[in-house]
Amino acid sequence: MQFGIFSVGDVTTDPTTGRTPTEHERIKAMVEIALKAEEVGLDVFATGEHHNPPFVPSSPTTMLGYIAARTERIVLSTATTLITTNDPVKIAEDYAFLQHLADGRVDLMMGRGNTGPVYPWFGYDIREGIPMALEHYNLLHRLWREDVVDWEGRFRTPLQGFTATPRPLDGVPPFVWHGSIRSPEIAEQAAYYGDGFFHNNIFWPATHTKKLISLYRRRYEHYGHGKADQAIVGLGGQVFMRKNSQDAVKEFRPYFDHAPVYGGGPSLEEFTRETPLTVGSPQQVIDRTLTFRDMFGDYQRQLFLMDHAGLPLKTVLEQLDLLGEEVVPVLREEFAAKRPARVPDAPVHASLLAAKRAEEENPEVPA
Amino acid sequence: MTVRRIVTVSAGLSTPSSTRLLADRLTAATERALGDKGIRAEVRTVELRELAHDVMNAMVTQVPTGELPGVLADVADADGIIAVTPVFNASYSGLFKSFFDVIEPGVLDSVPVLIGATGGSPRHSLVLEHALRPMFSYARALVVPTGVYAASEDWGSGDGGARELNERVERAGRQLALSAADHEKRDDDPYGEPVAFADLMSGLGT
Repeated sequence: MQFGIFSVGDVTTDPTTGRTPTEHERIKAMVEIALKAEEVGLDVFATGEHHNPPFVPSSPTTMLGYIAARTERIVLSTATTLITTNDPVKIAEDYAFLQHLADGRVDLMMGRGNTGPVYPWFGYDIREGIPMALEHYNLLHRLWREDVVDWEGRFRTPLQGFTATPRPLDGVPPFVWHGSIRSPEIAEQAAYYGDGFFHNNIFWPATHTKKLISLYRRRYEHYGHGKADQAIVGLGGQVFMRKNSQDAVKEFRPYFDHAPVYGGGPSLEEFTRETPLTVGSPQQVIDRTLTFRDMFGDYQRQLFLMDHAGLPLKTVLEQLDLLGEEVVPVLREEFAAKRPARVPDAPVHASLLAAKRAEEENPEVPA
Repeated sequence: MTVRRIVTVSAGLSTPSSTRLLADRLTAATERALGDKGIRAEVRTVELRELAHDVMNAMVTQVPTGELPGVLADVADADGIIAVTPVFNASYSGLFKSFFDVIEPGVLDSVPVLIGATGGSPRHSLVLEHALRPMFSYARALVVPTGVYAASEDWGSGDGGARELNERVERAGRQLALSAADHEKRDDDPYGEPVAFADLMSGLGT
């Protein structure tokens, strides 16, 4: 099982000091956080993509390319890549290029984006988000798998005899996750391709998240990629930890109360009861995270949101130390002990390449 | 015996409240009219005041807290809704509007709704027609023709006001019962049987 972090890349005033980081500071902090993630033994760093303030990560492959050069092991991913307003041709090129630079340590999570004005800024209409995500991804999928593509559709200019360069590393396209919080169409899409499905699992009661994940698992089996419990599921989560849980609550409360996403809404206590947010000791985070498996079945990727709401870099780095030293090692052990052998790991470049070679040597056996 | 589920929503704030009083009268009239058809009414009456904080939580973060998820589930399962608000600033109250704002789009589609309002003076009676009815029409609800407005003076006996109010309440209850009796539940769980991928791609470039 993979453990990692995902960053939204928000520039938020620290409510305890009134200080707002500059964009430059925030960008550098995101890089430092990614490097720390590798240092403490996490498996994945994923960046968001936004095209409006107060967010900085508008250019994910620039950031991930830089991080790739300064890391050895960690998988670089996105949360999410906008499959709607981005040109699928450019996604195909950018991420194949990144794949070469990072020696295959790359995957992506597709998402639609829910900020209305971003769509018209790129010449699109948010009401067509679902059909756009479907058509664009279908083209992206072909561009990575067919050397020469002829294509015509609704949302971009036609292609005749087009080859996306560079070709994916070793002829193996990056693994793709599809992120959605409520759209059955996206669960269906992920299941059809046999791709992964990711639920951010942050603002939603578990009963809701479970419906979407169950649908994806059922349809994954329907489309013949494996049994439902072999489908590739990822979950988000958010935590704030201190050795003593009361210290964690006390320290996190002002950030919670003033965060643009929760402020003025439910109390911290209500929010931790109704959603997966956990504020407490490392042991509480371990216990809560293990309940995700009970709820959604064995899954392949757990990403935590750690750097948001104006938390200072120093605090985030301390959080990553706790995550890497006290939480993840226990979770690895516990999840592994509970997982049946037939449940696969999340695909990575090496495993996809091995599967491809096996298929080439023995085409009769389905991969 | 056939059963129909009725959810009554009262946005009155005081206790006792004339809004709740009207809501109860409309509910009783609907129960009687359903009973005349051999249908038992299963009623849940919701005081929005008790849900006010949860409605606001859902509004600002989309996280349903407290009793709200259960109430929203009952609304989604209702064969008829009785919605009654006091008139504030010449329209429905903000709490009343907010409650219906946190209901998912489509939930009220083809659901019979009886609208009611209360106010201090009869001069606001058209609030039913310029505020409540368009809002529920937008939600694609089936708003029954008779809406009931009760001004303070309607609760007295002068000039036949109380008798007229009674008649309107009974007529509105009969109309809601008629629609609720015919209401068919849609099985529209979007996470049940999904639209197949091939159909999702129809008309798109592949």
